Amino acid sequence: MTREISPPGDDLPEPVVQHPRFNVSLIWLVPVVAALVGLSLVIHDWLQAGPNITITFQTAEGLEAGKTLVKYKNVVIGKVTRIQLSHDRSHVLVKVALDKSTESFAAADTRYWVVRPRIGLGGISGVDTLLSGAFIGADVGHSQQYRDEFIGLETPPTVLYDAPGKGFILHGDDLGSLDIDSPVYYRRIQVGRVASYQLDKDGKGVSVDIFVDGPNDKFVTRASRFWNAGGVDVSLGANGLKVNSQSLTTMLAGGVAFQDPPGTHDRAPASENTSFTLFGDQATAMSPPDGPPRYIRMRFDQSLRGLAVDAPVEFFGINIGHVVSIDLDYDAKKQRFPVNVGAVVYPRRLGRVYEKLAAVAEVKANGADLSRMMGVLIKHGLRAQARTGNLLAGQLYISLDFVPTAPKVAFDPLAKPLEIPTAPGSFDKVQEQLAQIVDRFQKIPFESIGKNLDRTMGELNHTVQQINDDMLPEFKSTLKDARQTLGTANEALSADSPLRQNLSETLEQLQRMARSLRVLSDYLGGHPESLIRGRQSDPSPNNPAPSVQTNATQQGSKP
Amino acid sequence: MSELPRAIELGVIGCHVCGLVCRDTGQLGMACPRCGAALNRRKKASISRTWALLITAFILYIPANLLPIMRTVSVGDVDDNTILSGVVELWVNGSPSLAVIVFTASIVVPMLKFFVLGTLLVSTQRGSSWALLQRAKLYRLVEFIGYWSMLDVFVVALLTALVRFNILSRVEPLPGVVFFGLTVVLTMLASMSFDPRLIWDGKDNDD
Repeated sequence: MTREISPPGDDLPEPVVQHPRFNVSLIWLVPVVAALVGLSLVIHDWLQAGPNITITFQTAEGLEAGKTLVKYKNVVIGKVTRIQLSHDRSHVLVKVALDKSTESFAAADTRYWVVRPRIGLGGISGVDTLLSGAFIGADVGHSQQYRDEFIGLETPPTVLYDAPGKGFILHGDDLGSLDIDSPVYYRRIQVGRVASYQLDKDGKGVSVDIFVDGPNDKFVTRASRFWNAGGVDVSLGANGLKVNSQSLTTMLAGGVAFQDPPGTHDRAPASENTSFTLFGDQATAMSPPDGPPRYIRMRFDQSLRGLAVDAPVEFFGINIGHVVSIDLDYDAKKQRFPVNVGAVVYPRRLGRVYEKLAAVAEVKANGADLSRMMGVLIKHGLRAQARTGNLLAGQLYISLDFVPTAPKVAFDPLAKPLEIPTAPGSFDKVQEQLAQIVDRFQKIPFESIGKNLDRTMGELNHTVQQINDDMLPEFKSTLKDARQTLGTANEALSADSPLRQNLSETLEQLQRMARSLRVLSDYLGGHPESLIRGRQSDPSPNNPAPSVQTNATQQGSKP
Repeated sequence: MSELPRAIELGVIGCHVCGLVCRDTGQLGMACPRCGAALNRRKKASISRTWALLITAFILYIPANLLPIMRTVSVGDVDDNTILSGVVELWVNGSPSLAVIVFTASIVVPMLKFFVLGTLLVSTQRGSSWALLQRAKLYRLVEFIGYWSMLDVFVVALLTALVRFNILSRVEPLPGVVFFGLTVVLTMLASMSFDPRLIWDGKDNDD
């Protein structure tokens, strides 16, 4: 534009006038909206924030402030916000901000632990944390009380609160090879695990808490028997060598097995936290309830080499107890060394026998005491014997059996402890008899028998010599003659010999004769009348078919 | 400068769109006779608009910095980063130059814009005649560097698109980046809605 600016020209165009569209500045809505959005975020965040709790751990290994998550069933329920040492530096305090929706995790009995990769006898766990880093696991409690300070577990809990199944308490003499997380087996299938164990307050046993997962917990009935299935059970007893194991895992890590006893029993499922006895092995567990033990004593007048403590005491082959003590005694009067054997027996193991015997004893002596029952039996010849259970190992066991020949003994039913009279064991008798046999052997005159035998042999030798000298040459010549005869026979039978040719000719003629005979018989079959009338020369004109037949026969009969 | 007259003094008005200069009749609702655009002596409600947009941007800048903008997942390791923690991580992991670039683009530039625009607005509102030329230069600087703060948003967008190796490594955008992008856009809008001619209106007050 070349137009001059200095005079604001009158020739400039007039602006067009429009009505204003807006007179309120809407622009202020923008910051208001932004502020509202920001405020909503803040409120949302504030509402989301759940309780802040502090968990105490021995070490913060693998934990990281602002990063480590708290998970329940692998769902994030919070985050570690801060990690610091306690005042006395003995442990670490981990501050965790829980989400709003997971407030219940602040329940007083909630448990927290750090999930790290772990390798144990039971297996490997937490492998995923190798890459993602450790996290804090949680198991929510049911308490209505809330708190904000927790003591973290150093190992993951074996049983979660809401896990289906039931816990039971086992009481045993010792822990065996059990450990936390050791498996619990039912028919060799793992159905649970050991949750915890502790010594009884009096120190005389252990209590093992086990947990059987649902739905298999219903197999634990009130009558169930539990036994320690750990390790390899190798026992060399009177019954021989026995090796038993539940599974390879239990061999290493130990375990508990349970089963119902055979026969009729209470099949109602056991309720939570029922107490059971933990037996040492399956045989003990499955045997009928022992009832109260009774101490008996036996006095043997013989060496008891091979009898050991824990050797079985049997009544007619049924194990009713075991030996608990073996003491050598000196009898000054008889100048002998008797052996005192103490044993614990469980009369209830006899089952029905015990009841019947008790009934009998009650009738007779007014009181079903073992002593009285024994008194009755001993009167009928019951004696204790040390018998060999296993010839190879030479193990002895105590057998209560009737010995008809046993001399009568005085029995005091009121004596404590109960003393059972003894009789020499069967093996001692065998030894005696063996000695007798050896004696008889010694009486045999082996020397003169030997001399006679020697002379007989000399004569035999002489006879053989004679045979060699006289009979063998003759036998040789006889054989030669026989061979010659065979050669002659061979010649006579050879292919080109006259005998053979004559024979084949004769055979040919015989064949021919047989053919004529067949023709004749055929003809006779067709014309039996010819035998009387002779051969008909002309065929009948009326029937041509027979004529053909006749011709054929004629032709056939020509040769 | 003072000898140069302003359009108001000369009674003329220029069209913002086509640049046509018309006579200023002082009526409401003037429009350019050539292109039909609304004619205003100054940008309409420039100060209040700029203020509004600037305040909005500032409000959004708070979550942009507090919320994580990016999640890096590499072999099971999940890592959420805010702008500042990302800068710190870059610095610690041995790329200080990158850290400086990101810090400049994401922290310095937006802050500079808030500060500069705020100063311009306050001084202009008060009609101050202080450092007119410098203020005008500052305004041009703000206009120029405005889009460079989008760097962070681009970084997140590119990484999200490129780093997708499922389990091995993965980058995901997080809500923070949305707020940050909004902040940048709003500051740019704010600097656009500011009318630099207002700066020069203050020179009379000096007298």
